[in-house]
Amino acid sequence: MSKLIEIRDLKKSYWREKLEIPVLNNINLTIDSGEFTALMGPSGSGKTTLLNMIAGIDKPDDGSITIEGQEISSMNETALAKWRANNVGFIFQFYNLIPVLTAFENVELPLLLTKLSKAERKQQTETALKIVGLADRMDHYPKQLSGGQEQRVAIARAIVTDPLILVADEPTGDLDKASAEDILNLMELLNKEHEKTILMVTHDPHAAERAQVLHHLEKGDLIKSDKKAVQEH
Amino acid sequence: MKILKLVFKNALRHKLRTILTILGISIAVFAFGLLRTFVTSWYAGVDASAADRLIVRHSVSFIFPLPSAYTNKIKTVDNVAEVSYANWFGGTYIDKSNFFARMAVDVNTFFEVYPEFLLSDEELANFKRERNSCVIGSNLAEQYNLQIGDIMTLDGDIYPGKWDFVIRGIYQPKFNSTDANQMFFHWEYLNERMNQESPGRANFIGWFIVKVADINKSSEVSAAIDQVFKNSTAETKSETERAFQQGFLASTGAIISAMNAISFIIVGIIMLVLGNTMIMAARERTREYAVLKALGFSGSHLTTLILGESTFISLLGGAIGLAMLFPFVDVFAQFMPKGFFPAFYIETITLVLCMVAVLVIGIAAAIFPIQRAVTTRIVDGFRFVG
Ligand SMILES: Nc1ncnc2c1ncn2[C@@H]1O[C@H](COP(=O)(O)OP(=O)(O)OP(=O)(O)O)[C@@H](O)[C@H]1O
Ligand SMILES: [Mg+2]
Repeated sequence: MSKLIEIRDLKKSYWREKLEIPVLNNINLTIDSGEFTALMGPSGSGKTTLLNMIAGIDKPDDGSITIEGQEISSMNETALAKWRANNVGFIFQFYNLIPVLTAFENVELPLLLTKLSKAERKQQTETALKIVGLADRMDHYPKQLSGGQEQRVAIARAIVTDPLILVADEPTGDLDKASAEDILNLMELLNKEHEKTILMVTHDPHAAERAQVLHHLEKGDLIKSDKKAVQEH
Repeated sequence: MKILKLVFKNALRHKLRTILTILGISIAVFAFGLLRTFVTSWYAGVDASAADRLIVRHSVSFIFPLPSAYTNKIKTVDNVAEVSYANWFGGTYIDKSNFFARMAVDVNTFFEVYPEFLLSDEELANFKRERNSCVIGSNLAEQYNLQIGDIMTLDGDIYPGKWDFVIRGIYQPKFNSTDANQMFFHWEYLNERMNQESPGRANFIGWFIVKVADINKSSEVSAAIDQVFKNSTAETKSETERAFQQGFLASTGAIISAMNAISFIIVGIIMLVLGNTMIMAARERTREYAVLKALGFSGSHLTTLILGESTFISLLGGAIGLAMLFPFVDVFAQFMPKGFFPAFYIETITLVLCMVAVLVIGIAAAIFPIQRAVTTRIVDGFRFVG
C-alpha cells in the first residue's frame, strides 16, 4: 500500500497565560492509503490535537504533515479550507448536525461549496444517506432521530463529497453498545468496500479492534504501534 | 437548499425571541417615523416660505403695528416688485379650541405675493368685489363643512365685536407643505370699522409682505427698506420669510429639538436590542460555525449568514413599523386640531431616514457577532461550551 499521510517531527504546545503546555512532543507517523487506523491513549494525551492537525483544522508549531504529497501545514487559511472541503470528512463524538436542517439538508451542506447542480447534489446526498441506511429518514430533523441515527447522518455528511480521509473523534463515545456496534460496522464497510482511509480516535478497546493499525499516545509521545496482519476479504 | 434558507431557518430558531425583537424594532421605527413627522411638519412652514418674499415688521416685535401709509414708500425702493400687507385678527370661530389663522389682508395684492394659494379667477374676482367676504383654505372648508356662500361669524378679541363674513372663495394648497388652514378677509373692511369704532387704531397693519424682483438682492432690499424708516416713530425690521418663520418657531424650538434628539436615541436603543439578540444567537451557534468552517465554509459565508439574519429581522421590523405609521399619521392628522401644523404628512425624507436607520441597525448589530464567528479558531469553537 502507498503512503498517504506522512508526519515528521511534529510539535505542538498550547499557551495558558504565559505557561507553555507541551501537547505533542515529536511525532513521526505514516499512514497508508486505505488503512483504518485507531488512535488510543489517556485523556489529555493529545489525540484530538493530533487528529485536528491531520484534518487541517489546527496547525503545528514545528514539523511537517504531508498528505498525498501536499504539505498542508504551510497552506494559508483559504487554501486549507478548500483542501478540507475536497479531502476530509469529519465525524464527531456529538454528531454536530445543524439542528434547524433536515437530515437531507445536513448531508447536502458540504455540496453547497461545489459546482454541482441541484439535481446532482440531490442524487449524491441520497446515495450517501442510502449507504448509511437512512434513506427513509431524509426529512427528519436531528431531534427526531436517535443518537445512533444522528451519527449515521453525520457519517453521510462526511462521505458525501467522497473525501480522501475520514477523521473520527470518538465516534461511538456518546452511544449505547448496540448503536456503537452499528457505527463501527458502517465504518468498517466504508473502509473495506469504499476504500476510505480512516483515522479514528477512541477510548474503547473494542472499537479499536476494528482498526488494522493501532497507535498509542501518552503525554504527547507515540509509545506503541501495532499493525494487524491485513485480513483478506 | 441554499445558504439563504439557512438564514431564515436560523432567524426562526427562537421564534419568541425573534418575534419580540421584530416587534421592538417595528415599534421603534414607528416612533422614530412619528417623531420625525412632527419635526418636519413643524418646520413645513419654514420650508414652504418662498425665498423671494420679505416680511417687514415693527423693529421691536411683530405684535406692534405699522402705519399703512408705509406701503407707498416701500414701493419706491429699488427691486421691490410688489407690496402687500396683512393684520393678525385673532378672535374665536364658534369655539376657542378651533385654532386657525385669521387675517385681514390687502385683497388686491395678497394672492399675487402668495401664488401657492390656488384660487380660481372667478372666486378671486368675487372675493374682491364683496367687502365683507372671505377666502378660506380647503382644509378648513373640509373640517367645518363650509361651502361658498356660507357665513362665518368670528367673535373678535383684538378687534372686539361680532364679525360676519361670507365665503366667496376656497383656495387649494399648491404644495403638500402649503398651509390650507387659513382664513383671509378684507383689510379695508376691518379698517372701516376701526375708523368708526376706535379711530386711533385705524390705518395700521401688522406686517408687509414684499416680493423682490431679484432673489439675489434680498438682503440689499431689506437693508434699503429699513433705512427708509430709520429714525421714524415706527422703525422696521425686514427679513426673508424664512428667517421670519424661523424666528417665530424659535420659541417652541426646545420641544422640537428634544423630539429630534429622542428620535435618534430610539434608533440607538433598538440597535442595542438587536445587537443583543444577534450576539446571543451567534454565541449559541459557536459550535455550528466551527463545524461549517471545518467543512470548508469561509468567513464570507458566515458573514452572509449572520448579516442576512440580522438585516432580515431589522428590515421586517422596519416594514411593519412603517406599515403602522401610514394609517396612524392619517388618523392622527384628522383628529388633530387643524392649523396646529401647516400640514401633517410623512415626508419622503422621513421614509428614507427610517429605511437607512433600519439598515444601519441591521448591519451594526451583526458586526460584533461576525467578527467573533470569523476569528474564533475552529478548534476553540469545538471546545466551546455555551
Ligand atoms: N485549544 C486549546 N487551548 C488550550 N489547551 C488545549 C487546547 N486544545 C487542547 N488543549 C490541551 O492540550 C492537551 C491535549 O488535549 P487533547 O484534546 O488533544 O487531548 P485528548 O487526548 O483528545 O483527550 P480526551 O481523551 O480527553 O479527548 C490537554 O491538556 C488540553 O487541555
Ligand atoms: Mg479528545
